[in-house]
Amino acid sequence: MCIRNSDGNKTYMKLPIYFDNHATTRVDPRVVTAMLPYFTEHYGNAASRNHEFGWEAEQAVDKARKQIADLIGATSKEIIFTSGATESNNLAIKGVAEMYAEKGNHIITEVTEHKAVLDTCKKLEKNGFRITYLPVMGDGLIDLEMLKEAITDKTILVSIMYANNELGVIQPIREIGKICRERGVLFHTDGVQAVGKVPVNVNADNIDLLSLSAHKMYGPKGVGALYVRRKGPRVQITAQIDGGGHERGMRSGTLNVPGIVGLGEACELCNKEMAEETVRLSALRDRLRAKLEAGLDEVFINGSMEHRLPHNLNMSFAYVEGESLLMGINDIAVSSGSACTSATLEPSYVLKALGVGDDVAHSSIRFGLGRFNTEEEVDYVANKLIDVVVKLRELSPLYEMAKEGIDLSTVSWSHD
Amino acid sequence: MAYSDKVLDHYNNPRNVGSLDKSSASVGTGMVGAPECGDVMKLQIRVNDVSGIIEEAKFKTFGCGSAIASSSLATEWLKGKTVDEALEIKNTDIVNELSLPPVKIHCSVLAEDAIKAAIGDYRAKQSKQAPAAAQTPAQAVA
Repeated sequence: MCIRNSDGNKTYMKLPIYFDNHATTRVDPRVVTAMLPYFTEHYGNAASRNHEFGWEAEQAVDKARKQIADLIGATSKEIIFTSGATESNNLAIKGVAEMYAEKGNHIITEVTEHKAVLDTCKKLEKNGFRITYLPVMGDGLIDLEMLKEAITDKTILVSIMYANNELGVIQPIREIGKICRERGVLFHTDGVQAVGKVPVNVNADNIDLLSLSAHKMYGPKGVGALYVRRKGPRVQITAQIDGGGHERGMRSGTLNVPGIVGLGEACELCNKEMAEETVRLSALRDRLRAKLEAGLDEVFINGSMEHRLPHNLNMSFAYVEGESLLMGINDIAVSSGSACTSATLEPSYVLKALGVGDDVAHSSIRFGLGRFNTEEEVDYVANKLIDVVVKLRELSPLYEMAKEGIDLSTVSWSHD
Repeated sequence: MAYSDKVLDHYNNPRNVGSLDKSSASVGTGMVGAPECGDVMKLQIRVNDVSGIIEEAKFKTFGCGSAIASSSLATEWLKGKTVDEALEIKNTDIVNELSLPPVKIHCSVLAEDAIKAAIGDYRAKQSKQAPAAAQTPAQAVA
């Protein structure tokens, strides 16, 4: 379709608009270009030590290892390739649990973690481990005092995500790492949403293990990495996939060379462009928020605005149900915390953990801006959303009651 | 999830949106569901006291597209029916008409509940006006 931008010039904006960059990102064309030769020309197995094809593949993998290490302040030897962050989280948590089982059986995590961490912990719980799930405060952050109190002489691991996938809220990672270091407990962080978006440094942040994924930072799906600290302390993990002993025995399986090249290139681009991209995306995000707040009453931000990824906005539009909102903006890709949009038919457990109430969760929309979004798109999304919310509020008995001055919390509702 | 054309039509062009005077003796109001469950339907009917025919039906719904469509369809069906005929409307009729998938059947149940609640409220008001008539419990929520 054709619209005019703020300068009055005709531009072409492609629909649908993708504002769901926490789910996945478009692969940067520069990443694709870097990957292509590794499908058809340099297709060797990086473990083939006796011919040119293998050497080329190994060189490409080594380069990618360095690109990833540079982005997070690690060394190449500390990068283990995996199929993605779900595998990295499984390997980190189960690998540490198995390796350090004699030292203790207690692991600390938080309630708003991704399912890849929560379900891994639940599995360990069935196998005799004790898991503490720290609550979060109203802004989505954990309470450091509660963390300190939760650590016992049986605690072997703390796993707290760097930034939340729904709220974009960034945990006080450096302080958490410091507490863990002082208490002699290993610290793992799921860095999927943060790496490449905000500065992450495993040494400054006192991180011992870190999960990352290519497809959240403009790389391909199906490839990720786990950072495993080698010095101060030297972290050991028990392999969860056995086989040819790849990745120094920690993760067997032929390396996904094109994917790894893509991950490396994606990391290098993020490293180069992060400062500029942060300024641009946070300006777009703030523009979106300002327009929505100017155009609508009773909209609420979920989670801390101060400790937040630059490209995330999570808002609740009171008296409007999320799925019906998504239906009205079907040329815009976003996510909702509404039960109707989830496979489990439960509203977002992350929002519920903030203590905001199910009705707020049902009304929430997550916006994830990314590298390829424009100001025109932000304006289009804001205007469209305002129109649809206004229309749905006309339809909403709750909005009508609120306007009549009825306090909805005092109504006794019929529950089925 | 893909919606049926009929659900999309009701969502895009909801029929009979609005409110009737809930204090009127000819109006029955049903409000079912709860905000924390993600759906609340308010359905109102205005009944001709002489003929017993529903002359007007209005709705407002907080909920997903299927909930909006179910209540919009219910208002269409209610108009022109007698109160007794209206009680014959089953949630399965709504499911079939809108081709609702299994996960959305509760939306149709809610619409049936809303119809019953509105009629219950109307009858309760009528019996209050004519004390000799049998008492029907009011189902409407505040």
